[in-house]
Amino acid sequence: MSIQSPIVNPKSQSPRRGKIKLYFPLIKSSQTGLLLATGIAGYLSAGTRIGLLTLLGMSFSLFLAISGSTIMNMWYDRDIDARMKRTHKRSAASGELHHTEVFWVGMIISMLGIGWALTIALPYGLVVFAGWFFDVVIYTLWLKRRTAWSIVWGGISGAMPILAGRVLATGHIDLVGILLALAILFWIPTHTLTFSIKFREDYNNAGIPTFPSTYGETFTRATIAISSVLAALAIGWASVLIGISAGYLRLIAVLTAGLLLLAFATFRVQSEQVNFGLFKYASLYMLSSMIILAMKAFQP
Amino acid sequence: MKMTTLDRALLFITVFLSAYQIVVGIDDLSTAPITAYTIAFGVLLVAALLLIILGFDVLDSPIVVIVSTIIPLALSLGLVWEHLASYRALYLVFTIIGFLAVTLTRTALMQNHAHVPTITIAIVHGIAGVTIFLLPIILSIQGIMKPAFSLVGIGGALIGIDGLLLSFLKGGKPILSRDATLKIFPSLLLLMTICFVAGFKFG
Repeated sequence: MSIQSPIVNPKSQSPRRGKIKLYFPLIKSSQTGLLLATGIAGYLSAGTRIGLLTLLGMSFSLFLAISGSTIMNMWYDRDIDARMKRTHKRSAASGELHHTEVFWVGMIISMLGIGWALTIALPYGLVVFAGWFFDVVIYTLWLKRRTAWSIVWGGISGAMPILAGRVLATGHIDLVGILLALAILFWIPTHTLTFSIKFREDYNNAGIPTFPSTYGETFTRATIAISSVLAALAIGWASVLIGISAGYLRLIAVLTAGLLLLAFATFRVQSEQVNFGLFKYASLYMLSSMIILAMKAFQP
Repeated sequence: MKMTTLDRALLFITVFLSAYQIVVGIDDLSTAPITAYTIAFGVLLVAALLLIILGFDVLDSPIVVIVSTIIPLALSLGLVWEHLASYRALYLVFTIIGFLAVTLTRTALMQNHAHVPTITIAIVHGIAGVTIFLLPIILSIQGIMKPAFSLVGIGGALIGIDGLLLSFLKGGKPILSRDATLKIFPSLLLLMTICFVAGFKFG
């Protein structure tokens, strides 16, 4: 049976509210929210005068672009999602939504987001487009099914929102922007590799090459530990350059110590519990760091 | 025992209060106490976060005893450094040796000497606990610090109760049942943090 083929389901005839309910999981609200938070933090970290309309425009355009790229990812990966326990109920994978419709909705939302971003500021729009391109074309269409290293490109794409926010505030790509992007790039393996260890059977069933299946768990855990250190270094350096207060620097140091502790614990202990703990903590760490960096905008 | 929503809420407040203390609560102090208090409240913050994420099972880890030693040691070091200048070097040495002793006696080297880790932890926790409990109260009574500073001492007493309950539970001779200990644990942790933060703020 070809999984790519659409499965007609009576639920696809549901009213508009039902459609929204079906589409909402396709934008991965937590992930999109976290990436949006990085974009807002990137903008606020510059400490420039906050333009409320600009901030709102940035937030909505970024939200649309990220959501659009996620829907495109769901559209293309519906066959592998259908083979994984964790994802087989997603409406694109289960056939509740027709794949052609998902494609067009994804494209339209993406174009709206990127188009809006380009009208706000050209450099900002270009970075947003780059993030979409890396995610949809390089990561999803080209590399995800070919190599475990595709996560690097997924990481680069995930790093674009914070760079975009920073570029919108400063008008150019600066060292802080690059460091913030690197922090996200190195944080993403901490997040995704712990996930790929937890759901390794699912990924194996779907035939997706991952670090655990290609290089083994020990190498994967070492990669998680090293990337956590690099993420922490990048965010620490960026925080100093941004000029956040000593108190917030102390808080970042404490949160970073927790991340490093868990990263090395997952390398040494190799338990599902520690692995899951790292996965959750890494998300909290990134969200907290973003809030702290955004505080720069409110410092005297 | 499963963690309830209320437990998580109490732990979240503990996290926020600890974060507040790290960011603004100790800004006016000199480097050494700032470092000591940052470590103490930092460990508290990360521990509360891990409890929220992993649940009470995390308390079964053998590393908990070592980590939970850091909080009273670092807090008491900060207090001594701030208020007992002539004992600074001595207490710093005690802190380092105490921490190393607790860590080493919890390793495999001491498996054949079951009483050594217990005695070590009792001495280290005892001295640190008494320092946190008595010093702020004495300073308040003497009028050197405001009366509210004695709240830090009350926080010290609460951390002692927390530590005792956990130590006896882990040692197989629980004062309260496991469920009862875990049920009051988040509340005690929060109450202790409130006392510390309020004591430092208003004391």
